[in-house]
Amino acid sequence: MKYTEEHEWLLKEGDTVTVGITEHAATELGDLVFVELPEEGISVKKDQEIVVIESVKAASDIMAPLDGQILEVNSAIVDNPTLVNEDPTGEAWFFKMKLDKPDEYDDLLDEAEYKALIG
Amino acid sequence: MVEINRTVLYNFHSEMGGKMVPFAGYEMPVQYGSGIMQEHLFCRESSALFDVSHMGQIIVRPSMGRNDSVAEQLEKLIPVDLKNLGENRQRYGFFLNEDGGIIDDLMITNKGDHFLIVANAARKEIDLKHLNEKIGENVDAQLLDDRSLIAVQGPKSEKILSEFFDEISKMKFLDVRAFSYKGKEIWISRSGYTGEDGFEISIKDELTEEFATDLLKSDYVKLAGLGARDSLRLEGSLCLYGQDIKEDISPVEAGLTWAIQKSRREDGERGRNFPGAAVIYDQIRNGVEKVRIGLIPEGRAPVRGGVKLFKEQEGTSLIGEVTSGGYSPSLGHPISMGYLFSKTRNDFGDTIFAEVRGKLLPISVVDIPFVPNRFKR
Repeated sequence: MKYTEEHEWLLKEGDTVTVGITEHAATELGDLVFVELPEEGISVKKDQEIVVIESVKAASDIMAPLDGQILEVNSAIVDNPTLVNEDPTGEAWFFKMKLDKPDEYDDLLDEAEYKALIG
Repeated sequence: MVEINRTVLYNFHSEMGGKMVPFAGYEMPVQYGSGIMQEHLFCRESSALFDVSHMGQIIVRPSMGRNDSVAEQLEKLIPVDLKNLGENRQRYGFFLNEDGGIIDDLMITNKGDHFLIVANAARKEIDLKHLNEKIGENVDAQLLDDRSLIAVQGPKSEKILSEFFDEISKMKFLDVRAFSYKGKEIWISRSGYTGEDGFEISIKDELTEEFATDLLKSDYVKLAGLGARDSLRLEGSLCLYGQDIKEDISPVEAGLTWAIQKSRREDGERGRNFPGAAVIYDQIRNGVEKVRIGLIPEGRAPVRGGVKLFKEQEGTSLIGEVTSGGYSPSLGHPISMGYLFSKTRNDFGDTIFAEVRGKLLPISVVDIPFVPNRFKR
């Protein structure tokens, strides 16, 4: 599993990655009450805001971690946003995307680097 | 450089897992480990303990003569009936500016030989200055710096406090009594800002942590932070100063005319004599082009403070603004509160549109409160 500084996790299988938010992010955000996911099939650029999540406290954006195409989104978290708090790195993945440049995955943070980031 | 203050419970909050955030010049717990949703629901079903020590406690004493002169002096600034406020009774009120705008909203207690005012944290210094400037020659106003304020709110609160103090159950909504805790006087009022039955307890700083720890030995009460306090007061459609009410909103516009008793109205025996009186009376007589409303978004996205409201989905006619909004844990859907720029809430129909992230989302105009209050009258 790889990580971004924006507290996303990515898991690669072939040239496809599954993306979600980290346990640290889910804890910091608090109880989620709303999730809006991108349309399947669209092309996205790194750092493009493609997901809106709202906790009881506030709204936040989630950005595309790399360039690519959205293949599939997880409607389970739209129907039940608290799933993100319960199982952020499992059941509550956000979307799957096909990477334009699969090699860029290797440049993301590894677990040790991410843990150092969040202290 | 803004000074950041801490209440005496700062370390206690941290030890209890409180997540500290800046609020009104203080570092306060927004939530504890269980999260805002659980804290909110526990308050509605049992009881929640909040540290509200950031709020101002202002003692107003006569600088000469009898206490009824304090009531008389305060009435010069606050358009509510204080002369007939009984001893050990509390009442909601507000300081107004010359335009009838709200300087602060307050809880005011007659404590016999003096009055006690509980004021908003962000406004307490402004309130004190206002008191001193306007009636400082006749009263001695003092912002207490040695007392904390704890709120215990929810249906089990009476049971919890009855373990410590006799005759709690005899107190009614807005009654105030002095009790003794560890040899020191504490002041308990049956009031709060969650819409639940509950109490606010003014206690000496040095006893506050011990008292909170004592209360929390009961399984019926748990700590709750500012997050839950905000969602609870919003469900009860209680105004938050700085959001729903401010210096350019009058109590008439805010739907708080009920707080101005008959004796302080235009034809009342002690009307007229307060800042902004002419504006307020004109607004009561002729109505205002502003009405505070409840809103329920049709979708699941919360519609928060600052969001603009439109008559049609095309977003051409701006008709109002949201001042508070979020998710209602009790109802399981988002709720908002705000203003329509019209005389009544029905002028634009039951469904209007809120501009959220560039999209116009349908939102229903509804009656408030969202959750009925459960005060013990």
